[in-house]
Order: sequence, then C-alpha cells, then structure tokens
Amino acid sequence: MSTTTEHLQATAAAMPTAPRVESPLRRFTAAFFESRIATAAFGMLLLVVAIALFAPWLSPQDPYDLAVVDIMDSRMAPGEEAMAGFTFWLGSDGAGRDMLSAIFYGLRISLGVGVASGLIAMLIGMCIGLTAAYFGGRVDAVIMRIVDLQLSFPAILVALILVAILGKGVDKVIIALVTVQWAYYARTVRGSALVERSKEYIEAATCLALSHRRIVFRHLLPNCLPPMIVVVTLQTAHAISLEATLSFLGVGLPQTEPSLGLLISNGFEYMMSGKYWISFFPGLALLITIVSINLVGDQLRDVLNPRLER
Amino acid sequence: MNAGKQPTLEVEDLRTHFFTKAGVVKAVDGVSFAVGQGEVLGLVGESGSGKSVTGFSILGLVDPPGRVVGGRILFKGEDLVPLGEDRMRALRGSRIAMIFQDPMMTLNPVLRVDTQMIEAILAHRKVSKAAAYDRARETLMRVGIASPDERLRSYPHQFSGGMRQRVAIAIALLNEPDLIIADEPTTALDVTIQAQILYEAQKLCRETGTALIWITHDLTVVAGLADRICVMYAGRDVEQGTVDQVLDHPLHPYTHGLIGSVPSRNRRGARLQQIPGMTPSLLNLAPGCAFRSRCPRATDRCEAEPTVTMRGDGRRVRCFNPVDADVSA
Amino acid sequence: MSVLESQSSTRVVPGSAAGEPPLIEVRHLSKRFVKALDLAEKIAARLGADVHEEVVHAVDDVSLAVSKGEVVGLVGESGCGKSTLGRMVAGILAPSSGEILYRGSDRATLDGAAARRAALAVQMIFQDPFASLNPRMRVADIVGEAARVHGLVDAAGFDAYLDEVLRQCGLDPSFKRRYPHQFSGGQRQRIGIARALAVKPEFIVCDESVAALDVSIQAQILNLFMDLRESLGLTYLFISHDLGVVEHLSDRVVIMYLGRVVESAPTEALFDEANHPYTQALLREVPRLESRHSSFEPIKGEIPSPLDPPPGCHFHPRCPHAMARCREEAPALREIAPGRMSACHLNDG
Ligand SMILES: Nc1ncnc2c1ncn2[C@@H]1O[C@H](COP(=O)(O)OP(=O)(O)OP(=O)(O)O)[C@@H](O)[C@H]1O
Ligand SMILES: Nc1ncnc2c1ncn2[C@@H]1O[C@H](COP(=O)(O)OP(=O)(O)OP(=O)(O)O)[C@@H](O)[C@H]1O
Ligand code: SF4
Ligand code: SF4
Ligand SMILES: [Mg+2]
Ligand SMILES: [Mg+2]
Repeated sequence: MSTTTEHLQATAAAMPTAPRVESPLRRFTAAFFESRIATAAFGMLLLVVAIALFAPWLSPQDPYDLAVVDIMDSRMAPGEEAMAGFTFWLGSDGAGRDMLSAIFYGLRISLGVGVASGLIAMLIGMCIGLTAAYFGGRVDAVIMRIVDLQLSFPAILVALILVAILGKGVDKVIIALVTVQWAYYARTVRGSALVERSKEYIEAATCLALSHRRIVFRHLLPNCLPPMIVVVTLQTAHAISLEATLSFLGVGLPQTEPSLGLLISNGFEYMMSGKYWISFFPGLALLITIVSINLVGDQLRDVLNPRLER
Repeated sequence: MNAGKQPTLEVEDLRTHFFTKAGVVKAVDGVSFAVGQGEVLGLVGESGSGKSVTGFSILGLVDPPGRVVGGRILFKGEDLVPLGEDRMRALRGSRIAMIFQDPMMTLNPVLRVDTQMIEAILAHRKVSKAAAYDRARETLMRVGIASPDERLRSYPHQFSGGMRQRVAIAIALLNEPDLIIADEPTTALDVTIQAQILYEAQKLCRETGTALIWITHDLTVVAGLADRICVMYAGRDVEQGTVDQVLDHPLHPYTHGLIGSVPSRNRRGARLQQIPGMTPSLLNLAPGCAFRSRCPRATDRCEAEPTVTMRGDGRRVRCFNPVDADVSA
Repeated sequence: MSVLESQSSTRVVPGSAAGEPPLIEVRHLSKRFVKALDLAEKIAARLGADVHEEVVHAVDDVSLAVSKGEVVGLVGESGCGKSTLGRMVAGILAPSSGEILYRGSDRATLDGAAARRAALAVQMIFQDPFASLNPRMRVADIVGEAARVHGLVDAAGFDAYLDEVLRQCGLDPSFKRRYPHQFSGGQRQRIGIARALAVKPEFIVCDESVAALDVSIQAQILNLFMDLRESLGLTYLFISHDLGVVEHLSDRVVIMYLGRVVESAPTEALFDEANHPYTQALLREVPRLESRHSSFEPIKGEIPSPLDPPPGCHFHPRCPHAMARCREEAPALREIAPGRMSACHLNDG
C-alpha cells in the first residue's frame, strides 16, 4: 500500500504541469479558424447551404410552377420589373423564370446530388478500403487492382458513358457519380487504415482478445476518419462540378429538375446575343460553391495534417 | 590539461528563447561551460532540457521564432553570437562540426557518398578533386570503415544505421575541425555498434586534439567517454565537474536522483530511487528553482532563483542546498 | 533438442511448486516473414532474372519455459527477433511452426472459454507510449473495455474495479474521462500497464517498455513493475536491449542473436561469467556508471542482415574464437552447467 501512495504522490506532483484539459475538438476549431480565408470560405459555404435548404422560402418565385412563370417576362435584364410586380434582380431566362429563384433551386439540386453521391461513395469506399487493409493479402491485392483500374480512367468519361447507358434522372446521375468516386475513398481509407493497423494499440486490442468486428469498427475506423473528412469535402466539390458538366452536356439531369449546370447550359445560346446573365449568374453561383468547399477542404487538410506540428 | 591555454570553446551564460504564440519558451536560460583541446565534455539532461538547442545555438542554427537573447559563445576567443551568417557558414563544417542523432540530417539521400564528401572538402579548401577524394577515403578508414573505395561509390540508403552514422562522423571530421558537437549520435544504435562509435570518438580526440561536446541523456555513456560533465535541467546548467566528481559525489539533488535511478549491479532487485513527478514545461516557467516541485531538499529559499556557486575544486553547482550541505530552513 | 528448463533462480520464486508445468512454455517456435514477389518480379523471375522470395527467419527454433513468478530477461541487438518472439507469446502473431503451451496445454488446441482465458492470461506492454494507446478513446474505455466485453466485471462493479486498477498503477482515477494526449509519457505507460492488468493476466510481456522514457521516469515504471510482481504474483518476459535494466530486474536472462537463443542463465551467473563469446562481448560493451575513462575495445563488424545470415554459427564473422567448424555447423543449445545453456562449439573442446 505504501508504494501505491508513493506513486500517487508522484502523479499528483506531476499534474500541475500536465497539459491543460482541452478537448481535441476545441483545439481543432481554434486551428481551423486561424486562417481568415478559410473562415470566410466557411461562412460562404454556410450561406450556400442555408440557401439550398431554404430555397422555397427565400425565392421570390417558384420557378417550377408554370402558373407563376410568365413567358412575357422572358430574357429580362437584371433589375427589371416582372409582370407580377417583383424585381428580377438577376434577370430572367428564356422561359421567363426569375434567375435568382432558379439559382436558389438549382443550388439545392446541385448540392443535394453532390452530397448524396459523396456520402454514398464514402460509405461504399470506406467498407471496401477497411476490408482491404485489415485482411491484407490476396483480398487487398484484388481490391486495389480494381481501384487502380477505376482511377486510371478519366472520371468524366466513365460518368458520361454510364449516364448514356442508364439514362437521365437524379438517381442515375448519383449512381454514375458514386461509381466514379468510391475508389478515391477506398484508396484513402486503405492508406490510413494500413498505417493505423500497424500501430501498437491495434496489437493491444488483439492481445485483449477483442473481436475482429470490434477492432475494425471501434478502434480502426475512428482513427481513419480525419483524413476522410478532407476527401469528403474535396470529392463533394468534384461531384458537383461533374454533375454540372454532365448537365451542361445535356446528359445529366432532366429539364424538370434544373441544376446549376443545366441553367448554364440553357443560357449558353443567349451568350452571343449579349444576354450574359442567363449563364453568368448560375456559373458564378457554381464557382462560389466549389471554391468555398475547396478552400474549406484545404484548410481541413492543413489542420488535420499530423506532420504540421501544432 | 592544457592549463593556461585558452579553451577551444567557452560558453558564458547562454540564453536562447523561443517566442511562440503560446508564450516564451526559455529553452536555454543560463548555461556556461568550457571545453579545451582534446577534451570531451558530456552534456547530460532529460528530454526537453535544452541540450540540442544549446548545440544549435553554438552553431548559429537556431531558427525563428528562436533567438539567442543573451550570453557569449567564445570560439578561440572570438564571440560567435554577433557573427553574420556568412562567417558562421564558413566556420560550420570546417572549424566546428555537428553530428546528429539521425545521420540523414547530414547525408543527402540522392547523392553518392563520394560526391557529398568531396563537396564538403571543396567548400572549405582549395585542393584538387583527386586530393579531396584521397582525403575522403582516408577519413572513412579512420572511422573504421573497411573497404572505403567501395563505400564511397554507394548511396546512403545502402548502409546500415551504424555505418551511416560513421559516414556522418567522417564528414564531420573531413576538415579537421577544432570542435565537434555530437547530439546523441548513438542513441538509436545497438550496444556493440555504439561501443565502436564511442571508440572512434575517443581515439579521435586523443589523436587530433579536437574538442568534443557529447550530448546525451544517458549517464552511463558519458561515464566512460567524457572528461567533464555538465548536467542540464529545464534549460539551466545545474552542475558541472569532472566525471569522477559528478558521478561519485553529486552535489545537485537532481544529479543525485538521476544517478540513483540508474539500474546498477550492486543494487540488483532493490527498488530504484525515483525522482517523483516529471519535467516541467519550459513554457512560462514559474520563477525560482525549476526542480523545486520534485526536490527532496527544497526549502523556502528555493522560491528564489538559485545562482551558480563555484567550488574550490573547479566544480560548479546551482543549488541553495547542495547534497553535501546541511539542509536548514 | 532439449527444452530449456526453468531452474530455481537465486531468488525465491513465489508459487512455483515442483511438478507444476511452467506457466508459459514455447517449443521449437519459429517465425518466418516471407516477402512475396509482386507481378513484375514474378515475370522477371520466369525470364531468368536473379530475384527470389526474401525470407527472414525472425525467430528460428526457439524453446523456452517460464514458470510462475519468474522474471525472464530477453536481450539481443536490433532485429534479432525479440519483439517477434514476444508477440507470438502474447498471441499477436501466429507462429510459422512450433507450439506455445499455457500451463502445459497447447494454446492452439484450446477453444471456447479455455482459449479466451489462455489468451487473456498473457498480456503485452509496448514500447511506444504514444502509439500504444488509441488516441480516440478515453482512459476509462482504454482500460476497461476488455474487462467489460469479456464480462470480467458486472456493470454495477465496473467503476469501482476501474478505479482500483488505475490506482494500482499509480494513476489518479479522476483522470479517467481524459484522452491519452493529455498525459505525459510516463503516465501513458501507466495507462498501458493498467489496460493489461484490467483483464487479470498472469504473464506480462514487456517489450522495451521503458526504452522511450526519461531516466527518472524509467525508474518510476521499473519500480511499478517490481511492486506489481510482488502484490499480484505476476510473471514477466522482459524484453530489452538495455542490459543494465535487465540485470536489475530479471531472475534469468536469455540472449538472442539473429533469431536464435545463444545463451540462457540465471542473472548473476551470466553477469559474473558469461559463456558465449557474444554474451561476453555484449557485457564488455555495456556502458556503466562505474566504468570511467574506459578504453573501448569493441568487437568488430556489423550485425549481419537477417535476410542472409551467415552459415554455421551466426556469430562467426565477428567472433574472436571462430574456427573452421563454426563456419559450417550451427552449434546446438546445450546445458553447460545446471540451469545454464549455451550454443557454442568451444564448449565441446
Ligand atoms: N522551434 C521551437 N519552437 C518552440 N520551442 C522549441 C523549439 N525547439 C525547441 N523548443 C523547446 O526547447 C526545449 C529544449 O529542446 P531541446 O531540443 O534542446 O531538448 P533536448 O534536451 O535536446 O531534448 P531531447 O533529449 O529530447 O533531444 C524543449 O522544451 C522544446 O520544446
Ligand atoms: N511484419 C514483418 N514483416 C517482415 N519482416 C519482419 C516483420 N516484423 C519483423 N520482421 C523482421 O524480423 C526480424 C526480427 O524483428 P524483431 O522486431 O523481432 O526484432 P527485435 O529484436 O525486436 O529488434 P528491435 O530491438 O529493433 O526491436 C527483423 O529482421 C525484422 O526486419
Ligand atoms: S535550489 Fe532548492 S529546490 Fe532547487 S535543487 Fe537546490 S535544494 Fe532543490
Ligand atoms: S560457435 Fe564458434 S563462432 Fe560461434 S560463438 Fe562459438 S566459437 Fe564463436
Ligand atoms: Mg535533443
Ligand atoms: Mg523490438
């Protein structure tokens, strides 16, 4: 007993100089908001997401309701007044739809498709990558060959072919995007899982006779998540721009669900006649969205990078 | 040894601080020592006590946010602190050399060993390439590398850890420096390989008169190698003297505890003496003796900063209640 | 080949009754790591290029017995297979061949509750105080998870049990909601020890468990090991390259060189008079506080690559006594005196 108290005293004496209690999350947020650009990008992203979520309440007009869209209002310049009395702050398109409202609704679809495909691809990729890393050997070799093959084709080409085969529609586009993206997640997860798996805490868990499932999901997975957050943000931005490209090329979403890409594509024919706003503003919205996601993603990568001592 | 002669290096009250966002880290805060020709000084202390920063300060390699804020570093009488980067660079690698724990800090992984060694010679001397090659070859042999011609044609990754460290030592020796600072060069090596390197180091100092500062956390290594020992704690030199003085009759309570915590033959199976607690953070260190919270001899006086006491026998100790004194409040 | 018998050591070994099988015994244990060829290399090999599978005999036919209450030190230079042997004993690595016996029964043949008890009976304490704790779990979960999962304590008694284990390891139970990064290296090592103790093990493999710590902290942890041995009757396999630490702690020392055991003896006998030339060299070169201004006279040569160990006695390229026979024939590990084993041809002469 006397030895125990001695140890306790030793510990107690040590405590005042021990690191202060500070949750990892708080440290992380403090580090993230150190950069002014990242903070601005994060604010912008919040705004974009809020607009997408609350589009029906924010928009001056429901651009899909044929009853309120008046063909007489078509191709109005920004600032002109609609027949119904409100102002087309960003002009109107060929069918007389308010551009601002169309962009709000388009954002909703673009973000929705991007996030949905990103999350589904992450779930699939994560399971595949963890399996490859944990079991290793032949399983790993086969999976990684497939991943390599997948990644060696240009994403847009694969997506184009898939959509051409599957046809138009939100679900089809999501399937195409997931198909071209799961491999990125699988590779990232496998990379970090391989590093984590060789660490001694996994050996300790093995030694404690814990089940494989418990080790993979309770010990391995949580430690592979931080690098995934970065990939998720960057890949979501990638998915949004892929979807926009598909829609712009006319093979993505149907006209009834106009995403930002489709809006750009619709206005493209008026570009030459000086009616720039029909393409320009959706393009700007797309740019702002993608740039802010990427900036946030870059900052996340810097903050989560263990090599940058903090 | 060399009584009356000027020491090769004299460090006086060196202070190197790091001005970080979280506050000032006083990594080195009052360190003085001297090394003479052919002498080996063991710089001992626990992790984070400022040993490496002391070495970097001497070489002028402290990067911002760090800065030498006080003291003098006299190299053969010349103060290095105010010297410009150009002059320092000329000294580094020719007159003063450093050996790191990781030899790859010295070696370039994509260059052949001969290229690196010849470059290191030509940077400081005007000799022909052939002469430089011969010099490189001869130096490799001196650190105990068997077939130097073959080794010279190899890349660093083709060597084992111990061999790599020997090449790094050879590079440090190329220009016959007056002072070598070795920062834990054997910590990562095996006992038999460590013994080989200690042997080369010792032979070198005896033969060429190079002064050597051997940085380590391992008291047993300096026991066999060093002539004098300087013990550091929390950025300060707490005790100095010859190896026998310090190891046989430590004066500072920290040194005393440290020696007691080394497992040794004659105390087999007994409980080891342990220093309670742990090393304090150097960030915003409270005033007074930094060892206070762990010290069994601490008294109220220790709330104040202890100064260095010079002993008649050439020893120095920074403590109010050294081990050989009666503790009274 | 004979099995190393655990001999009564110089100190009293608690609980080792005569006739009882050793707590842990390994017989002819080997581990080979094979670096398989990838596709390109396979093709190259088919075309006649000189590439072949690289095999490391990390552990090569090792036999060893540890009885209850004993502390066995395992010493050897980097890459000689100490960790691999320790990991096999701890059940983290599967042996390539050979068997591991727990209280006399082969662990591979056990199943169900007996297998789990045998697995939990041997726990490991690791070298790296940072990598050995899951950074995303709180201390309470790190230490308590296995005990709860395996039903060693019920939910009602869990908190009290956890506090008790933490206290035993010199940790303040009020820290149990914290994460590992909030602790110093020495405290983390204590958490690792608490994690092992929480499943009530009998045998602990310490793999360089104090090597990463400062000297003064090292002493704290070594003292803790000795206290726990006394209070819980633990048995240790203490792996270290630091002979000073091993000498201080162990009853018996086993020396390995390139995958093989070269000598095994009670600690005092070994340090007083080593038999094997390698052990002699090793002992001569350990830096000690007492050896001042020594003239180092190191043995020559590098440690050979385990990928391509020398034939015969692995030590012959560096051995000052090497003879013709040493280059061809590997010496067997033989008993040279009661309780002492050595593998050297000199003992035949
Ligand atoms: N660039 C830096 N910025 C801030 N603090 C630093 C920096 N470099 C070193 N320090 C601090 O200076 C102190 C002394 O560090 P130093 O590397 O000299 O220790 P050391 O005695 O060499 O320890 P070790 O045995 O671990 O090598 C440490 O507390 C460290 O945190
Ligand atoms: N997973 C592995 N795959 C391939 N080779 C391995 C693996 N683990 C160990 N080895 C090899 O087996 C040999 C023995 O390694 P081991 O880690 O057991 O040595 P050690 O005695 O613990 O050395 P150290 O003192 O450096 O820890 C080494 O040559 C090592 O390279
Ligand atoms: S000055 Fe006081 S606290 Fe510091 S070492 Fe000496 S006795 Fe201990
Ligand atoms: S067997 Fe021969 S080479 Fe090996 S240790 Fe004995 S004498 Fe030396
Ligand atoms: Mg250092
Ligand atoms: Mg090891």
